[in-house]
Amino acid sequence: MLKTLENIGHQVTDAILRLGYAARFFIYSLSVSGESLRRLPLVIREIYFTGVMSLIIILVSALFVGMVLGLQGYNTLQRYGSSEAVGVLVALALVRELGPVVTALLFAGRAGTAITAEIGLMKATEQLSAMEMMAINPIARVVAPRFWAGVISMPILAALFSLVGVFGGYLVAVQLIGVDSGAFWSQMQSNVDFRDDIVNGVIKSVVFGVACTSIALFEGYDAPPTAEGVSRATTRTVVNSSLTVLALDFILTAFMLH
Amino acid sequence: MNPVTSTPVNDNIVEIDNLSFSYGNRMLHKGINMRFPRGKVVAIMGGSGSGKTTLLRLIGGQLKPSIGAVRVEGKVVHEQDDAALYQLRRKMGMLFQFGALFTDLSVFENVAFPMREHTDLPESIIRDLVLLKLNAVGLRGARDLMPSELSGGMSRRVALARAVALDPQIIMYDEPFAGLDPISMGVIVNLIRRLNDALGATSIVVTHDVHEAFAFVDYVYFVSNGQVVAEGTPAELRESVMPFVHQFVHGEADGPVPFHYPAPDYQKDMLRGASA
Repeated sequence: MLKTLENIGHQVTDAILRLGYAARFFIYSLSVSGESLRRLPLVIREIYFTGVMSLIIILVSALFVGMVLGLQGYNTLQRYGSSEAVGVLVALALVRELGPVVTALLFAGRAGTAITAEIGLMKATEQLSAMEMMAINPIARVVAPRFWAGVISMPILAALFSLVGVFGGYLVAVQLIGVDSGAFWSQMQSNVDFRDDIVNGVIKSVVFGVACTSIALFEGYDAPPTAEGVSRATTRTVVNSSLTVLALDFILTAFMLH
Repeated sequence: MNPVTSTPVNDNIVEIDNLSFSYGNRMLHKGINMRFPRGKVVAIMGGSGSGKTTLLRLIGGQLKPSIGAVRVEGKVVHEQDDAALYQLRRKMGMLFQFGALFTDLSVFENVAFPMREHTDLPESIIRDLVLLKLNAVGLRGARDLMPSELSGGMSRRVALARAVALDPQIIMYDEPFAGLDPISMGVIVNLIRRLNDALGATSIVVTHDVHEAFAFVDYVYFVSNGQVVAEGTPAELRESVMPFVHQFVHGEADGPVPFHYPAPDYQKDMLRGASA
């Protein structure tokens, strides 16, 4: 009994300790960011690896999500005789919620794991140590550019997700089912608000970008330098990023609707 | 007469004074003293797990000693702030055990890396310097290969070219011979000596390859159980009658360093299994 309590206590303090490390790591990465932002080619290279390479999975998923929204939305709305509102439904769902959230979840799975594994292996093969011994700060050279690349990529990916998702909804609702095209677009135009819907969506995706990228970077940097350590860190990246994104989404939505 | 203590004190580029270091509760080093005179190749030898590599990290300031100090050019390494430490590290080159090449960069870019980071040299000069360094290790022709396409010996040579890219005054080698075939080993031995003498640098070689090391180093420190148990020139140590040094130099399985990991009595251990 006492042993169990002790274990729980240890786990709680360990978790808090790690959170503290993560926070320090995050703040330190920000503090050395100036240098890497001045060297834009480094950040652009990472945007290519995290952002551009995630495009396919993001765009294909967006198309399917949009199409499903179109089907489900039409199916429900037609019972109330307002099937033209399917455009609004698809657009609002995507711009407010699904765009930022699903993009962040896919990003964590596609780019986050890649970042964690790469940095974990760089550590395991002493590449980060080698950099330190060359008097080059690995946080400034390796971590910070990846951080900014993730933060820049995420809102762009989320915007593209919403765009392609709306197109998917249009394909199903207008082209397949035959909802009036004029009503579909005009209702969407008049009911989606720039400040309340689009800007809020972008704010969400920036926050998710910061969260997902810093989790992936921290897990990689903190991974024990072994095969097992890196594999566990990769798993933790997906689990922690997903939970963080969903929890943050609730908090942000609560504030935004208020 | 001990050749190291007979040289004037200010001629030691690296000095380790009464250094103790512990990982958690485990004391890895207990009061180590070492001197590394300018221009010499000095080996640190000892069994696996005796904390030799950790010593290099202490010299490079990646770890802080619990007691004592490491001085590089008279400066206490662990008392330097980040900027000063990085300044100090620019005088050091380190060859990691498996090369630690940047896997996303080609051979050329790996060697160019420290130059690009630390200097504003124009591309044409960087190219000349990189080819010069690669030529010194015999791999000018391999400049466009990626690290994954290199053999173990070749990666280490590239890493060596990278370590000396900025003409360091101290070159540290972490197990430079581990896992190499005899030919590659001979090549590396040759390079360590040649680069040291050509650059006028000081080399610190961590290894347990007695025969390779004794053939080319100037001075040897033997480390065991966290202490320096013997030191001297290779010739002196070959004649040593100290049990540990004798066992190590002649590669005997049992001796002061036991063959068995501490275990309960063999007979009792076996019988216990039978009675269960």
